[in-house]
Amino acid sequence: MTLSVNLKHRLPGFTLDVAFEAPPGVTALFGRSGAGKTTVVNAVAGLLRPDQGRVALQGRVLSDRATRTWIPPHKRRVGYVFQEGRLFPHLSVRQNLTYGARLAGRGNSGSFDQVADLLGLAPLLGRHPGALSGGEKQRVALGRALLSDPHLLLMDEPLAALDAPRKAEVLPYLERIRDSARIPILYVSHAMDEVARLANTVIVLEGGRVIRAGPATEVLSDPSTAPALGLRSAGAVLEGRVVAQHDDGLTEVAVSAGHLFLPRVVADIGAQLRIRIAAQDVILSRNRPEGLSALNILPATVSALHPGEGPGMMVQLQAGTDRLLARITRRSAQALDIAPGRSCFAVVKTVAVARADIGQRAEEKHDPQASPQG
Amino acid sequence: MTDWLTPAEWTVVALSLKVSATATLASLPFALLVALALARGRFPGRQLLNGMVHLPLILPPVVTGYLLLLTFSTQGPVGGFLERAFGLVFAFRWTGAALAAAIMAFPLMVRAIRLGIEAVDPKLEQAAATLGASRVWVFLTITLPLILPGILAGSILAFAKAMGEFGATITFVANIPGETQTLPTAIYAFLQVPGGEGSAWRLVILSIALAMTALLVSEWVATRVARRIRDA
Repeated sequence: MTLSVNLKHRLPGFTLDVAFEAPPGVTALFGRSGAGKTTVVNAVAGLLRPDQGRVALQGRVLSDRATRTWIPPHKRRVGYVFQEGRLFPHLSVRQNLTYGARLAGRGNSGSFDQVADLLGLAPLLGRHPGALSGGEKQRVALGRALLSDPHLLLMDEPLAALDAPRKAEVLPYLERIRDSARIPILYVSHAMDEVARLANTVIVLEGGRVIRAGPATEVLSDPSTAPALGLRSAGAVLEGRVVAQHDDGLTEVAVSAGHLFLPRVVADIGAQLRIRIAAQDVILSRNRPEGLSALNILPATVSALHPGEGPGMMVQLQAGTDRLLARITRRSAQALDIAPGRSCFAVVKTVAVARADIGQRAEEKHDPQASPQG
Repeated sequence: MTDWLTPAEWTVVALSLKVSATATLASLPFALLVALALARGRFPGRQLLNGMVHLPLILPPVVTGYLLLLTFSTQGPVGGFLERAFGLVFAFRWTGAALAAAIMAFPLMVRAIRLGIEAVDPKLEQAAATLGASRVWVFLTITLPLILPGILAGSILAFAKAMGEFGATITFVANIPGETQTLPTAIYAFLQVPGGEGSAWRLVILSIALAMTALLVSEWVATRVARRIRDA
């Protein structure tokens, strides 16, 4: 199922004009506050009537100004997870979870148990929302949306109201949903680490317009997009596989260009990881460095350059089949004679890779080595 | 048990409770509708409706009573129709006392329910809609339970007001023992006859007890219902 969105909407002092497609998997709507992300999601959910445009889900038109088609929110089968949870305070967790399921005619306990298990909700069922922590509330909100049997999931900054530990608590659940749901998930965020961990597709919004859209690995490693993503949070995403857990607290991960040593990742051997490496944590060297404390040295080839307005510049590297971004000064680039096609070595300090930058992906079903992650 | 009140006094108490309960229950659906319209509605004449609902609060009760008499007497425009169509008579009947009490208590009930509705976050109703709930279902399963404390508070307030209503009642349906004589009008009547102070006093104490009980019960129920909702 694919969601196609084409919207024009005028708000005071702001015009939204976007068109994009969201395939199954997580499509991140990324942008600063006021870029129009929530307006888009509300229009898709039917909570806002756009001035112009069309929203369709795999051929089923949800709204079309031209043909005056308008499906009201309650008939759209769109699961919406709000920033503030919006749990029903007078209902128990169990009643909250089954609220949409009943209306969808899916009162069967099989999927209920499955979702409760997926999100670790069993110990919370008898409680009321008032007795839940922020992270627990969001997990219940996720479960409630999933159980309404949606054809599309919308998540509007579901982690923004949570502090870092709570966020770290909920993120793995979002990864599970991404890997188990077969529907498009539109994920609004202004936090690069969330986008890097979750998104398959990234759409960058700025001032109500789409300025970049494409597969996450491409968009996040594009040096010219980096300024829009925020120079400090720019960074590429690598795919890897756990090959060893060492006694000294390190996890060894195979990526296409070699092996990386990361701070302990709780995962089985063979588990698939997504690792975000911030551009500012990457050092470049023309020769293989020796006598260096950094453990991770990957051979790479410079593939693109993007000078910034200040003293820095973004360098895109091809490392095996993965791409890396490095943010270095123009002075260093000149001194090292960095240019497209040059080979060099990318150096990454192990401790620079934060736990929050490492995400897990459920194994593919056909993989006989598959083992569930705890 | 019944020794400390004379049969006549018991009649007064029973009638008062019947009149007030009827007034409260019968006006509740209308109060809910009006409160919804005032809290959520965007229509021309909203301020006019608001003013009309509040009128009995500001008008001298005797004026309200007189207007009721003109409107609902069997010769009146509405009273005549109701009698012919449904055999429903208000003038000088206990039903008239209930109507007067309901009209006088209406603004209090509407205000309390309206406050309750305005405290409900429309975002919760939006969330319910995205989960597949139609507008009616959203109202029944989300809005109504959340405004229950407001409805309860409004009802108790209205009941207490109805128990004490004097001016409009005595003007509209007079002071007929066994038919329209409620607690306040009975106390007034007892005070007008020599030797009536004893009865008056017993009814006064009873009034205070009833009012206090109503208040305590309403507080208790409202706190219990509101606790869960407030905590969230």
